[in-house]
Amino acid sequence: MTARRIALTVNGARHEAETPVRQHLADFLRGTLGLTGTHLGCEHGVCGACTVLLDGRAVRACLILAVQAEGRSVTTVEGLAPDNGPLHPLQAAFCANHGLQCGFCTPGMLTTLAEFLKDSPDPTEEEVRVAISGNLCRCTGYDSIVAATMEAARALREARA
Amino acid sequence: MTAMPATMRLVGRDVPRVEDAALIRGRGRFVDDIAPPGLLHAAFLRSPHAHAAIAHIDTEAARALPGVHAVFTLDDLAPHLNDTRLVVALPSPAYRQELHRPVLAQTEVVHVGEAVAVVIAESRHLAEDAAALVEVEYDPLPPVADCVAALEPDAPTAHRDASSNLAAELVLEYGAVDAVFATAPHRFAEHLSIHRGGSHSMECRGVVARPDPLEDRLTVWSSTQTPHTAHRLLCDLLGLDERAIRVITPDVGGGFGPKLIFYPEEVVVTLAARLLGRPVKWIEDRGEHFVATTQERDQSWDVELATDGEGRILGLRGTLVHDHGAWTARGVNIPQGAVSAMPLPYVVPAFRMAMKVAVTNKVPTTPVRGAGQPQGVFAMERLLDRAARGLGIDRGEIRRRNLVPGERMPYATPLKTRGGMQVVLDSGDYPRCQAMALEGADWAGFPERQRAARAQGRYLGIGVANYVEGTGRGPFEHVSVRIEPSGRIVVATGAAAMGQSTHTMLAQLVAEQLGGDMSRVQVIAGDTAAAPMGIGGSNSRQAVLAGSSAHVAATRVREKVLHVAATMLEAAEGDLEIEGDAVQVKGVPEMKVTLAAVARAVAGTPGFAIPGGRGPGLAASEEVVIDAMAYANGTAVAEVEVDAETGGVTINNLVFAHDCGNALHPRIVDGQLMGGIAHGIGNALFEHMRYDEEAQPTSTTLADYLLVTATEMPPVRILHMHSPTPLNPLGIKGVGEAGVIPVPAAIASAIEDALSPFGVRIAQVPLSPVDLLALIDPQASGSAA
Repeated sequence: MTARRIALTVNGARHEAETPVRQHLADFLRGTLGLTGTHLGCEHGVCGACTVLLDGRAVRACLILAVQAEGRSVTTVEGLAPDNGPLHPLQAAFCANHGLQCGFCTPGMLTTLAEFLKDSPDPTEEEVRVAISGNLCRCTGYDSIVAATMEAARALREARA
Repeated sequence: MTAMPATMRLVGRDVPRVEDAALIRGRGRFVDDIAPPGLLHAAFLRSPHAHAAIAHIDTEAARALPGVHAVFTLDDLAPHLNDTRLVVALPSPAYRQELHRPVLAQTEVVHVGEAVAVVIAESRHLAEDAAALVEVEYDPLPPVADCVAALEPDAPTAHRDASSNLAAELVLEYGAVDAVFATAPHRFAEHLSIHRGGSHSMECRGVVARPDPLEDRLTVWSSTQTPHTAHRLLCDLLGLDERAIRVITPDVGGGFGPKLIFYPEEVVVTLAARLLGRPVKWIEDRGEHFVATTQERDQSWDVELATDGEGRILGLRGTLVHDHGAWTARGVNIPQGAVSAMPLPYVVPAFRMAMKVAVTNKVPTTPVRGAGQPQGVFAMERLLDRAARGLGIDRGEIRRRNLVPGERMPYATPLKTRGGMQVVLDSGDYPRCQAMALEGADWAGFPERQRAARAQGRYLGIGVANYVEGTGRGPFEHVSVRIEPSGRIVVATGAAAMGQSTHTMLAQLVAEQLGGDMSRVQVIAGDTAAAPMGIGGSNSRQAVLAGSSAHVAATRVREKVLHVAATMLEAAEGDLEIEGDAVQVKGVPEMKVTLAAVARAVAGTPGFAIPGGRGPGLAASEEVVIDAMAYANGTAVAEVEVDAETGGVTINNLVFAHDCGNALHPRIVDGQLMGGIAHGIGNALFEHMRYDEEAQPTSTTLADYLLVTATEMPPVRILHMHSPTPLNPLGIKGVGEAGVIPVPAAIASAIEDALSPFGVRIAQVPLSPVDLLALIDPQASGSAA
């Protein structure tokens, strides 16, 4: 089985590791690097649970190969806030608004929304719904996630002001 | 809004969830996150046929692949098993044949996805490569794809040696129903096709088993809602004593019913780990979830309602055929729950429903959130709409006339639970709840909205549905509360968390009694080593049963803490309070003794008496027994717009009024309801587990099987009533399933109302745009004519 050595930056730290060429990025992050915050819900690109940021852009880590991340920068849920430091405003708002129940879809929601709020700092609720329409959640019915995102957007705008 | 006593500082309030700290940073520990050193990976070879005889299995090429540690068929595993079948059926006199499913299929496969062999290899990739090299020679047999056709006299049988496809039959009845129908002035009959899909928790199933040679014990992490049941079955099947196996439910990414079942993969992976002396992991992928995790699927109903001229119900009768799937993985509780849910909100003087449970060559069916109740409610509410239309009575009004009146509570119905106990509606005011919902949705103003829209060529409709749900199925849940010598409070329970905030709920109740600081409470849920017995998560039961046990146990520990502290402080018990980590004299906080000191004082010193004279330790263990179910209720009102050109449905507004007694945590209650409501919308409009006529599944990805996303959610308003139940010390009723139950019925009612100019009658769910176009114009059926 073919394997290749790749170098990439994950959550600000440089990693070099060997990966089978057929391994997708999510398995590499979870299995090879031990970053299990990225979750796999379908492995066919529909549920969005495995969403990570690749050079700042949201991608489904089940739909790209680890070797495609060579030389690039990946941010996972573990990289949204410094270890033991304050939460990212989205994370704080999810907790404050009961935006998570089982927490399985949450990492993908957070990464998707982190990118979205960079591009759209002052969204409408409808725009938030469209932004997460590729992320499935079976627990919340989404309203609390939308409310959390609106609150986080406000907090981020205020922090910038 | 909360109806808990105002003196409570945590219970009844929206305290922060204890689960969030880890989950929000991606530090949860789900089953696939567990990776012990030396881990091997399992892949299952599954049947591609709905029904076939297995002529031969050749595993040689698979075994020869480098990196493969073992390939097991049932022939290989049977010598190490006390039984090669999973005997898990709930007791019932209704069964007409035994359908215990095998650990692995050996001579016959009876549904697509049934496991035939397992490969254990260095990686999941390799295991799947090797599984593809296992050669199975199948002789296809005629499949049974439809539950109604399954019961035809000349139908092929889903199991080749069976004499029929009748898995079970049962009748629920009371009163002289046929006599009532013979003389009733009005009768309304309906044929209904009701489908529910699967649970589709975002996390699929999984199991990791690790043998520990030092302790001669197997630790099994399974994404199960019922770890104690899994523990018992593993001990029985493997012939090991209770201490030799420990089952842990780690963080679970949603359960919604099917994870309460014990599955073949759990025993195969555990046995493989034992045989190989290595940890083994199997994680179900979504493709497997569609064919190996239980579902609810199809029901065919023929029902009839008898009323007087004012729309008062005189009798209800009918028949129901339920798709059982290929094996008995749980019981007959879906049709039983469906039928039981029919009359509950209403005064129904005479009732008979005859159920037939049909074996098909499909995945076994077992409860999904709601457990049959959405189907029963759908059937009842469709009939009431029929009667309202036939008699010219407003749909809200006909229901009001029949709802059990508040002043008749507690209301003893003639119904019995599956355990043979009488169904007594314990509390609530159903007519008032419906009135709240109708008012919240401006039911009275709707005809004007509908007229205005129709003038513009738009089709608006409104619908209403009521439900009463038996929650908190007993008999008990175990909870122990202990204050350790460190002063930390440890709570252990047989309840299992799968995302519904169980840890928060228990920490809240215990901290309420023991100092008010939830951060001092550690909750261990779903670990058979921490709790000697347990039933687990199902039936909207854990807050009711585990919550009651936690409350009583914590109250007992509190009494002892105060008693011992009174001795230590030389104060009267009544003058003391527990605040944070210490017991103090009220108003004199400097006069205090820490919980740690109290715990150490009663930990015992050789030769010295225990202070307080009430024995050692600060611990209590409770299994509060509550046999009777607490009946929650509610009303959903949906307002929709249907595009008559496309068949597209937009839900403009959804009001959900409900009564779950006291709310321990109002925000969590809302969260449970919202999730259920979203699931109900999916059942009404989107979720369809499709099979073709050969019983081949055709919904096999989340692109075929549509789950509701954020953009489909309508504006939802939840309205609360709080009628505490007298059945438990907290006055609470379960709320985990409520949201899903009336929503498909309310949406169907609204769509029918919207399409009344076309004479459309809704008698099925789910309703796709294609289905609706066919109903709007049966001739055109979506053609461009």
